[in-house]
Amino acid sequence: MSDAVPADSAAVISDAERAELRRHGILLTSLEELYNWGRSHSVWPLQFGLACCAIEMIATSMARFDIARFGSEVFRPSPRQADLLIVSGTVTKKMAPQVVRLWNQMAEPKYCIAMGACAISGGPFKQGYNVLKGIDRYIPVDVYIPGCPPRPEALLNGLIKLQEQIRGQKIAGPDAPRHLGKTDACEYPVPEFGPHDLEPPKNPAVWQPPTITRKE
Amino acid sequence: MSPADLSPLSPAGGATVRPVHDEFHGDLLEVSMGPHHPSTHGVFRMMVTLDGETIVKLKPVFGYLHRNHEKLGENTTYLASMPYTDRLDYLCSMTNNWAYALAVEKLAGQPVPERAEYLRVILAELTRLLNHTCLAGFLLQDSGASGTPLMYAFREREKILDLFESLSGSRMMCNFQRFGGSRLDAPADWLAGASQVADAYGAFLDEFEALITGNEILMARTQGVGVLTPALATSAGITGPMLRATGVAYDIRKVDGYGVYPRLDFRVPLGDHGDTYDRYMIRVLEMRESIKILQQALAAIPAGPVMDPKAKIRGFRPKAGEAYGRIEGPKGEIGFYLISDGSPNPYRYRVRAPSFVNLTILEDLCLGHSVADAVIILGSIDIVLGEVDR
Amino acid sequence: METTEQLRDRLLARFPGAVQLVANPGPAAQHSLLLEPAHARAIAEFLRDDPALLLDYCSNATGVDWPDKEITETVKVTVPDPAGGPAKVVDQKTTRLQPGCLEVVYHLYSMARRHGPVVIRLRTGNRTDRVTLPSLTPAWRSCEFQEREIFDLFGVIFDGHPDLRRILMWDEFKDHPMRKDYVEPDDYEWEPTPHGTVMDKAKAHHPAPVPVVPPAAPAKEGTQP
Repeated sequence: MSDAVPADSAAVISDAERAELRRHGILLTSLEELYNWGRSHSVWPLQFGLACCAIEMIATSMARFDIARFGSEVFRPSPRQADLLIVSGTVTKKMAPQVVRLWNQMAEPKYCIAMGACAISGGPFKQGYNVLKGIDRYIPVDVYIPGCPPRPEALLNGLIKLQEQIRGQKIAGPDAPRHLGKTDACEYPVPEFGPHDLEPPKNPAVWQPPTITRKE
Repeated sequence: MSPADLSPLSPAGGATVRPVHDEFHGDLLEVSMGPHHPSTHGVFRMMVTLDGETIVKLKPVFGYLHRNHEKLGENTTYLASMPYTDRLDYLCSMTNNWAYALAVEKLAGQPVPERAEYLRVILAELTRLLNHTCLAGFLLQDSGASGTPLMYAFREREKILDLFESLSGSRMMCNFQRFGGSRLDAPADWLAGASQVADAYGAFLDEFEALITGNEILMARTQGVGVLTPALATSAGITGPMLRATGVAYDIRKVDGYGVYPRLDFRVPLGDHGDTYDRYMIRVLEMRESIKILQQALAAIPAGPVMDPKAKIRGFRPKAGEAYGRIEGPKGEIGFYLISDGSPNPYRYRVRAPSFVNLTILEDLCLGHSVADAVIILGSIDIVLGEVDR
Repeated sequence: METTEQLRDRLLARFPGAVQLVANPGPAAQHSLLLEPAHARAIAEFLRDDPALLLDYCSNATGVDWPDKEITETVKVTVPDPAGGPAKVVDQKTTRLQPGCLEVVYHLYSMARRHGPVVIRLRTGNRTDRVTLPSLTPAWRSCEFQEREIFDLFGVIFDGHPDLRRILMWDEFKDHPMRKDYVEPDDYEWEPTPHGTVMDKAKAHHPAPVPVVPPAAPAKEGTQP
């Protein structure tokens, strides 16, 4: 199929026409839609649970909430075969290098969901000498799901949001996702254990603390 | 004989000392199982040294979930630590809450009304059912029955979680007990719902046992695997079903007689061999005993307040002193040691976690077995990393 | 089971001068015995093997940090009047530094006799260089991991422990985080509603802008910024 039809061309088919064609048994779509539809409805998470949120994640994959009907049929134990890293639970500084290594080992396209308050920002354990204040200090996160722990329905909602994000991605042009862009694959630097803290304490390319000016 | 002699690691305990490098034995292989592993029940790491398939050395490494719970306890008030206790053994939040409330009530000399004691027993036994069901599911998942027994286990767990949610507002992190009673009263229809769940649980256990307990594969994989002797278990401080599987009759519900357990009629199942199969069967039998306790407690729960009217909630400052309070949680003895200096925050807040101490003999149990057995043995110890690392 | 006082007397008969009773003032009344580190291992084995006690189960080993404390004592002193009048009674304040120590508390129970707890304590010399205590792991195997944790988080060195290394923190970590004077690494980020100590960190990281003071009176020659 040639490059996408220009947006302002009169040849663009409207949704009503598409529905009409559908009723006659003709499915009309674009390569981008088909590609994104296939990707978004078969996101396989990595079998990766850290703490309490992991139990809710397991409950989501069980019969009552059933994440398989959203496409996440299996949780893959190997990062090479997984698309999605659901960081469920507190990321401690001792565990952070392993999380970043797992993220590096996952093949593109890959997504990250930060599930639970601890993965987003450290959660209730934030004032801690061994707690990493959010996994987004080292790896890019696509969807944040608040809660302590978030209900299984909240995790499903987060997955649906991720699916909407994937369906909205363009397959060509400057807005293309990482794995289709022209940039080289990047390895996120793995932090090392220092004598008092991780070194570096955060990855400046991924996360910057917001700057604020105080009034008093 | 000192406890070191009882360990299978020593020649007196039965270990055979083998030469490491000679022409008939190859090099040893060191494998790191975890911290990301499908079967390690969380972020737990085992540095396993293998001779072929046989384990010759095993060193557990944890701390990957160390969330400085004890330091947080020193910086928060007594009541504000209650939600943190939910997150210790995150499967069993009600029993963690009770253990902490018991320790603080001992520290402050705070009495608890009778209805609250009955309610605590009901919630603790529901938690025990939940925990042992999950353990059965996870153990079978680890031994290869991938997924299906866990589905059955979680189906039953959801029924109990619905009860917890309608009572306390949250499925897992209930934060329900207070110093001097419970936070809310259980309405009559909740008690009726709990009664229905307890009565139906027997049928689920029959179905589960018909599928699993006599199963050849399970018996072949778990009988004789990971044998623990009573002397080593006592010395290593093992508590809970793991201890009782070796034959030592120590159940804190009977020994300390806390709460209203002395009024309830139940037996404590004991094992004969101390192997993984016994540990699994003990938990199934304990579930049946829990159903009996639940039925008695639900029938006998009196009317009355669930919170002592003189209990101080705001501005709670116990007198200076210390106390150690413990209960029989589903995994073993969970205890809290608190030192108070008269201020609103504890001076020292210590959690005695059963999973942490139960891991002491992991190496002893796994020596001489294969890697697959190590996974099953770890599953039968029933650890939760939130407790191990705190 | 015998009371703590009776147990102390029995132990003193066998190990003179090695045992002291530490009373617990609160309602729990769990009194404890403070042991001399030199005799601790022998006393532990006695407690474990004595037929009346049979304390074969060490349930819990806890570390406690007692930092140096400044104690001010006020004494009434009679001071003679230099001018020859009647002597005056004045308050004299003396401050002394009570040296701190690290303490390890063990809770012992008996599975055979089903009684307990017996609480024993060991204290180090100070918090800096004399931090060695005998390990009770040879007596009760359950102390193995718990003493490692006390070494990791408090810094008490256990003499005779089979495998003393860090257990919860990574091996390269240098501090002992549960000590009262531990300072966390400065890891501050934005907080929506800071208060207390977090407010001090917030101000340190995001100082308030210096307010621009307007000129007092506009001079006729021209304005100054």
